[in-house]
Amino acid sequence: MSSDLLNALGGALPLLGPAVLVTVGLTVAGALLAVVIAIGLGLMARLENIVLRGIARVIIEFFRGTSLVVQLFWLFFVLPMFGVEWPPILVGILALGLNFGAYGAEVVRGSINSVPRGQWEATTALSMSTTQRMFRVIFPQAWALMIPSLTNLLIQLLKATAIVSFITLADLTHWIDKLRIGTGDTFFAYGIGLVLYFVIAYVLTLLMNALEVHAKHKIGRGQSLREVLSFRTRPPVDPVATPAADLEGERVK
Amino acid sequence: MTDQPIWDWSMAWQVLPDLLLAFVKVTLVVTVLGTIIAAVLGLIIAIVKRSAPQPISGIVAFVVNFIRMTPIVVQLMFAYFAFTSIDPMTIGVIIFGIHYSTYMSEVYRAGIEAVPTGQWEASTALSMSRTRTWVAVVIPQALRATIPALGNYAISMFKDTPFLVAIGVVELVQAGLEFGGNHFRYIEAITLCGVIFLVASYPTSLLVGRLEKRLAFTN
Repeated sequence: MSSDLLNALGGALPLLGPAVLVTVGLTVAGALLAVVIAIGLGLMARLENIVLRGIARVIIEFFRGTSLVVQLFWLFFVLPMFGVEWPPILVGILALGLNFGAYGAEVVRGSINSVPRGQWEATTALSMSTTQRMFRVIFPQAWALMIPSLTNLLIQLLKATAIVSFITLADLTHWIDKLRIGTGDTFFAYGIGLVLYFVIAYVLTLLMNALEVHAKHKIGRGQSLREVLSFRTRPPVDPVATPAADLEGERVK
Repeated sequence: MTDQPIWDWSMAWQVLPDLLLAFVKVTLVVTVLGTIIAAVLGLIIAIVKRSAPQPISGIVAFVVNFIRMTPIVVQLMFAYFAFTSIDPMTIGVIIFGIHYSTYMSEVYRAGIEAVPTGQWEASTALSMSRTRTWVAVVIPQALRATIPALGNYAISMFKDTPFLVAIGVVELVQAGLEFGGNHFRYIEAITLCGVIFLVASYPTSLLVGRLEKRLAFTN
């Protein structure tokens, strides 16, 4: 009985790599597209110009208001009618990127708005240009603020990739179903499958936490990623931060 | 294809009754029942995680985390194949309820933590029983702040109902796909699905937003 299961698992194993690659690839590519769209729309939604702001708001509400599955099917079935024949994987990335980009845009907008007033005023006092203000002062601080929300969205995006099996892609969900048919044991196949999703989600969360530590350190809050990851116990670092590279040398003395 | 217009109104009118019927009979029913399960189960989870002794609360916390971090589509398929005797729509309601209860439990946790310590102490001073403290003092105060979040999760559950396609429930989108498959035209059916979602969810989310402001203001 259990050797049958192991045989079936062994048979399915060579296909696991490509399946995980599809799921992770969709997650990463979808997330990158979503971040670009989120930053673009998020900045646009803060503009004074009512036309540009209106366009951003319509796009955001449209993609947040309709279901991801509808968007995916719409792109999959309706794009070909306009002569656009994209491979399913691109359709999947586009649908995920647009949907989560719209959700992300609200996160970007909210985080930028919650950077303290004084920071904005300081840039005026230093007579910085609008672009300098945004990309050298405001955005780096907003970035550190938005990462926790973006982590949640990333996990949601990973979970949402499971629907691409609807448009013929052989992702992890598809592999799980193949394993179920191969073994005839639903609990076994889906147990393994759910654990795999959980592991991927967990790894992504850890990576995003590392990104958060990094982003906070860059704006002068908290330890650098190297210090956090180090297993050696260190005496508390002088707040007038010594560069991390120098610390290594000093520790030897 | 080229002799057909891009948008065919007669097709649109033909598919609309099917869509609305599926919308009312399945999509709305699953959303409402799922939300009720999520609201009740979420509260139970939050209370258990907070007050149960260690091994139990630890196990519950892990299970909740596991459910929250794995796709609902895979959970639906799992339940569908594992419990073949239960009809797919019931499975949909239960899985949506369980999945969203894990999100709701976090909302309740925040709500419970926001109840001032003085309220707990006052209950002890009045020598209220543990159950009475929860039911009469803590939960009523904690619930107030969670109503908007419940609304937001109901909307997002509503937009997740097309995941039921995976287990063959004929909800809104599946009805659209079936019509599209029968008539070799998807554009009207799928577009109308999107329009129905937008028309239903956008005003509701505005309403929830107003509710959120209102409850926050009086707090």
